[in-house]
Amino acid sequence: MIGLIGRKLGMTQIPTKDGSMTAVTVIEAGPCYVLQGKTTERDGYNALKLGFGEIKARKLNKPILGELKKIFGERESYPALVIKEIRTEDAQNFKPGQELKVDIFQEGEKIDVTGISKGKGFQGVMKRWGFSGGPKSHGSKFHRKPGSIGQHTEPARVWKGKKMPGHAGMKRVTVKNLEIVKIYLEKNLVLVKGAIPGPNGGIVVLKKAKERSK
Amino acid sequence: MDKIKEIEKDFLRDDIPDFGPGDTVRVYIRIKEYKEDPKTKELVEKVRLQPFEGVVIRRRGDGLNASFTVRKVTQGVGIEKIFPLHSPVIEKIEVLRRGRVRRARIYYLRERKGKKARIREKR
Repeated sequence: MIGLIGRKLGMTQIPTKDGSMTAVTVIEAGPCYVLQGKTTERDGYNALKLGFGEIKARKLNKPILGELKKIFGERESYPALVIKEIRTEDAQNFKPGQELKVDIFQEGEKIDVTGISKGKGFQGVMKRWGFSGGPKSHGSKFHRKPGSIGQHTEPARVWKGKKMPGHAGMKRVTVKNLEIVKIYLEKNLVLVKGAIPGPNGGIVVLKKAKERSK
Repeated sequence: MDKIKEIEKDFLRDDIPDFGPGDTVRVYIRIKEYKEDPKTKELVEKVRLQPFEGVVIRRRGDGLNASFTVRKVTQGVGIEKIFPLHSPVIEKIEVLRRGRVRRARIYYLRERKGKKARIREKR
């Protein structure tokens, strides 16, 4: 089970065979390059370190640059704008410098997409946790408040983890079992049915779906 | 954004005639039906063409998002259908008559019937 690092380009709609329109997200996925294979014997777990997106050599720090030089030799830019590890059991089948493209996926396949959701700032309990709030009118003075947050003299405190107002969004979100509608291999583009987390231009990770949807 | 436009371009149709509000058109819609084959007793997919004839009362959107509304009156009941312009369900669009109208959206047709709902022909 391998994956790719990509960039969310935006959303559009395309017609399906039966004539209705489907909302799709366009993701520029890969090409990613294997930077390192991690194995249980040496690192304690199996994973692939992947690099995505070109970055100029002078913008990189020396430890990373040293690693990249070992793989790609002396270059002006390296595919290391984003470096991420993806857990996979067959890490030993890949060697550093190998290119991964969208052809690891197939049209019609289900994938999981992970990204950082759009930040919403400090939000109340209705937006952040979906509380229902109170009536808007009919003399009500209770509109968007959370209501009671605890019990009585016992326990005389608020439970840890109580859903309260605070910062919403800007956290890691995975959307599971998204269908791949179309793949453009030469353009490195994947069209996925539905929405994915994050703003346009945000970095996302695509993996084969872990669980089968029923 | 440009890459998204490129993708949309793949789905755009170039066989759509030039028409606008006020024009009378006939739209042929492909309708899929499942009929039982008398010999094999299997469900066979059959494609049937259904024409829908009426006056275009608006066009909206651009690119893949574009759509148009066709209005006709059957047995005293007005029927409006909205078609995505680039829908693969549309087999073809025939322009029957060019109408001269002075607005982009001729919603006023909805309140009129009979002689008052006439549209002058474009010369």
